[in-house]
Amino acid sequence: MLFAIYSIIKPIAGTLILVFMYYLAVDVGGEVGIERLAYMFVGSAFYMFVFQAFFGLFEVIQGDREWFQTIRYIYISPISYYAYVAGRGTTQMGTAAFGVTIVLLFGKFLLNLPISLSLGLLPFFLAILLLGAFCTVVIGIALAGVTFLTARHGGGMSEGVTGIFYVFSGVIFPLSVLPQWGQILGRYIPLTYWFEGLRRAMLPGFVGDSFLLSISNSLLLVILAGATVLFFLVSVGVFRYTEYLARKKGKIDMTTAY
Amino acid sequence: MEAAIATRNLTRVFGGKRRRLQRKREPSEKRVVALDSVNLEIPHGELFGLLGPNGAGKTTLIKILATLLLPTSGEAYVAGYDVAKDPFPIRKRINMVTGGETSGYGLLTTRENVWMFSQFYGMPSRQVKKVIDLLAEEFDLQERMDAKVRTLSTGERQKMNMIRGFVTDPEIIFLDEPTLGLDVTAARSIRGFIKKWIQEQKGRTVLLTTHDMMEADELCDRIAIIDRGRILACDSPEGLKRLIKKDVTLKIETDRLKDTSVFRSIPGVRNFAVSENPKGRSMTTTFILEDDAPIADIMSEVLRQGSRVHSLKKTEPTLEEVFISLVGRGLD
Repeated sequence: MLFAIYSIIKPIAGTLILVFMYYLAVDVGGEVGIERLAYMFVGSAFYMFVFQAFFGLFEVIQGDREWFQTIRYIYISPISYYAYVAGRGTTQMGTAAFGVTIVLLFGKFLLNLPISLSLGLLPFFLAILLLGAFCTVVIGIALAGVTFLTARHGGGMSEGVTGIFYVFSGVIFPLSVLPQWGQILGRYIPLTYWFEGLRRAMLPGFVGDSFLLSISNSLLLVILAGATVLFFLVSVGVFRYTEYLARKKGKIDMTTAY
Repeated sequence: MEAAIATRNLTRVFGGKRRRLQRKREPSEKRVVALDSVNLEIPHGELFGLLGPNGAGKTTLIKILATLLLPTSGEAYVAGYDVAKDPFPIRKRINMVTGGETSGYGLLTTRENVWMFSQFYGMPSRQVKKVIDLLAEEFDLQERMDAKVRTLSTGERQKMNMIRGFVTDPEIIFLDEPTLGLDVTAARSIRGFIKKWIQEQKGRTVLLTTHDMMEADELCDRIAIIDRGRILACDSPEGLKRLIKKDVTLKIETDRLKDTSVFRSIPGVRNFAVSENPKGRSMTTTFILEDDAPIADIMSEVLRQGSRVHSLKKTEPTLEEVFISLVGRGLD
């Protein structure tokens, strides 16, 4: 029952909020193309990966430290703690995949949205999906490292960061809607390219931002791959540094009951 | 051959620094010296005890040796590797069990919890399942191995943690007050296992912290008495007792005394510790005396304070008396 609520009802309900907002906009402002709804719907569905991964990653350290009190035994084991956290993040992505699939099927068959995936675009879709998923996990790990040094606030940090990505990486509206500085910020967030690629693969005839329009599918993959490598290196560096500080300050296994 | 564990002037200080954004008027965090120039050398195959009261520095020392915490200064080596510079080879060789905590994933069963931790050490799954069954039998926990961890009692959880710690067959294991908060039977079962394990697994090393004198006396090859971060003495239990062999140990039970500090001024009193007797108005004072001479002065002082003497006993030195002699107070 809990699984059904969490993995099916919650994501569908979350996406339906956008659908109703769309119909409200149609009601108030007149005709708005269904492709706008499809844009929001697909972005919102795949955004679940980001939310779920970040939420899970931010809770790994604090959950193991404060609630389960297992962190000291995991930390002193021979496994790399970075690899352990990455594994937990990947598991979160796997859980989210179920919800994303359900929501996309809901959109295609119940809302009749033009969602489809041609065989020709399947390799591109898989490549962009996996690269983006990996990129999401490594960005999440870099930020989760900060929770080594905090007593709580993991949930708040995760909501804050995912909120920034929600607004500035073209999840529910194109970057062109944003002010100039917001568009520039969006161009530096790798997830912008991820959502663009996913829409290109799943929404035939999709036309995105003029800025992104000039980027071919292969260049999109190259940009995302480069950003992923860069963020991987950054995440290893940040994670190691925060881990070192926590070990120095005695915070690895602190329990604060805060 | 290098020692299993070695420390050189190992020091750990907590607090005392002003944070960058802290206002000048605010007092800086209190500076606590948890370990003060600790020098230890524990050879392979030894069951070494650290005996000290709460806050003595026992857990801090174990955390540094287990690579959870960095020292402020000095050096510490485990299996020949520097804990600060080279933690990864150490982690392959160690494990740790801490008492008085409720660690574990409540949604998993006891068996799943132990198995999961064994996988962090890269142990073959089939082999590990056999070892888990053997250890479950040792700790009489077979019937609870498939129960969810959240349903285990405190004693059962601690037994699960012991299985988790020993399932990887570590070269060196850190046991931080493993019997803390357990009933007599569970504590005895854990003590029995530790004793048996060190006898059967030749060359394995145990570092045990405790504030239970009997536990330390019963289990340990050598004991270091630690207080306020300093090692006050380090020897075998018999060697420690010999430190005060010539001294006289006097236990005197009286009505509650108004002022015990006056005993310090009596010539020949090396040290003493007071413990309040539960549910009563009486108290027991344990004295370490140079000889019999101060007994008369002590009795006079007790009577002067209008207190009655319930009993008076001269005893053979125990670890508790050694501790009182060195630290100046009991462990209670």
